[in-house]
Amino acid sequence: MDRDRIETVSLRWLRRLVIAAFLVVTLLPFWYMLVLSVRPIERLLLDPGSLLVPFGELTVATYAEVLKSVEDGGQGFLTFIRNSGVVALAATALTLVIAIPGAYAVSRLRFFGRRQVSALFLAVYLFPSIVIAIPLFVVFTRAGLRGSLVGLVLVYISQTLPVSVYMLKNYFDTIPVSLEESAAIDGAGRLGIIRRVSLPLAAPSVMAVALYDFMIAWNEFLFALLFLVDRPNRWTVSLGLSLLSDGVEVPKTVLMAGSVILTLPIVILFFASERLLTEGLTSGAEKG
Amino acid sequence: MTTTAPEAGRSPTGERPRRPGRRPLTLRRRESRAGLALVTPTLLVVVAVIGIPIVWTVVLAFQRVRLATLRRTGLFGELTLDNVDRVLHTPGFADTLWTTVVYSAGGTVGSILVGLVAALVVRRPFRGRTIVRASMLLPYVAPVVAMTFVWQVMLDPQLGFVNDWGRRFLGWDAPVPFLSQESTALWTVIAFEAWRYFPFAFLFLLARLQAVPGELEEAARVDGATPTQRFRHILLPQLMPVIALIGVLRFIMTFNKFDDVYLLTGGSAGTEVVSVRVYQFLTARTDIGAAAAQAVVLAVVLIVFVAIYLRFFGGRREEA
Repeated sequence: MDRDRIETVSLRWLRRLVIAAFLVVTLLPFWYMLVLSVRPIERLLLDPGSLLVPFGELTVATYAEVLKSVEDGGQGFLTFIRNSGVVALAATALTLVIAIPGAYAVSRLRFFGRRQVSALFLAVYLFPSIVIAIPLFVVFTRAGLRGSLVGLVLVYISQTLPVSVYMLKNYFDTIPVSLEESAAIDGAGRLGIIRRVSLPLAAPSVMAVALYDFMIAWNEFLFALLFLVDRPNRWTVSLGLSLLSDGVEVPKTVLMAGSVILTLPIVILFFASERLLTEGLTSGAEKG
Repeated sequence: MTTTAPEAGRSPTGERPRRPGRRPLTLRRRESRAGLALVTPTLLVVVAVIGIPIVWTVVLAFQRVRLATLRRTGLFGELTLDNVDRVLHTPGFADTLWTTVVYSAGGTVGSILVGLVAALVVRRPFRGRTIVRASMLLPYVAPVVAMTFVWQVMLDPQLGFVNDWGRRFLGWDAPVPFLSQESTALWTVIAFEAWRYFPFAFLFLLARLQAVPGELEEAARVDGATPTQRFRHILLPQLMPVIALIGVLRFIMTFNKFDDVYLLTGGSAGTEVVSVRVYQFLTARTDIGAAAAQAVVLAVVLIVFVAIYLRFFGGRREEA
């Protein structure tokens, strides 16, 4: 056998092996999280090496405990879910309202400073958030906005805005100008064009951007930590989980149930938006 | 309608001049105004929530401010070089900076290497490819708090399965406290970084791989190049510009990272990176001046790195 043959055959097997290894390495932590969330803590201490739920151990008491409010002896994750949901939804909606006109302008209209705007967004996106965090911490402390979800929404908008404008701009770029021109000839104004022509065409992409923004806001940790730490009833799921896991009082299996609750919406949204993203890309192709 | 033929610009406009009696604005000027009007909300938010805070951090870095004295200090209180001086001469700072560099470089290289391997193996279609690709993206999209928590438990000396397996199958004498001993903590954090962020490199590299024209490889195959030779001489040169770009992006992002290290180790066991240190100064010591000074040093070091990088690699990319 020559070298080419040997390499081709061995690489074919190596490839299968590596794919399997990748699947194990990426999915194992998720599986482990799920398994631990339905095992009682006493059993886990006895047999920490098990990656399956041994027969008869299955319990959902962990979920009940993590969701129940603090008064009922639980960990109050229902409140955290509500907080996270409200903050993430508000941030997503407001980001879209601001980003859509902005992205349209950067994509379509020639105005003074257009190029600088794009560069500015990239710079903002790559700037350390801890640098921004210091004065915001100071201002929010002074204005009494610490512990307020409104302040957090404002910060999240600033975090999602640059990416959203960038993504939406790319989508708007793929819509043929000729479509908008015909609308203009038919007498539509600028806002009418955006609302009736560009936006419907970009709808799948707008949806994908919305999901992306929601995920960023739902996952965010640093600003929630800085602003909400003294107000347990305002904690987001991320913050609640990290603060409770610092202590020893709450069993790890209960917290695992908490992290399943934190992760599940994102995994579901991700699989939904993965399809949307590819659809958005293909429907953005020119159709004459 | 009075609309002019749209060949005047890339953009069609239907607006008519609002003020009769004055000379109508040119199409171009109307376009410019509409553009500015539409982009203003975005700019306002970015300037108010990001631009002003950045400038303010720089000012704070040169002021003597603590949270307790905050009410008495104005925006333009007296300026001093104290903080910067203090920060640069505090014993831990140089170590922290070095840790940050090692962590960023390790995380960047690790995630790109893993991502490259991942992109190469799922490059050609096979059954179940879509689901494999989607699973590979999961570590990147899942909430960081949940992922760090799972890693902590997984590596825990008492509860985690890693130590249990290590003792049962690999003959470890004692459980290894991966995240709390100096010899392993930083490497564990870097491994986490590679695990969590390889999908980023993977996505970019896969997209680039799919754009490599098939004829190139076909020609090399006809000329007798083996698969590894084809990778080395055909694919890798095609990928280099993307790898360079991902490299700089990942380096910047890792350099700025706070969440991952803070959640995994809290900055203990020799893993304190600059962001975590800034946070400690800000909250535990409430020394805002020193925190700001360190944040500014972080930003400056970052800018210097990126400038050096662009100096050496930026030109080459434009030639390519």
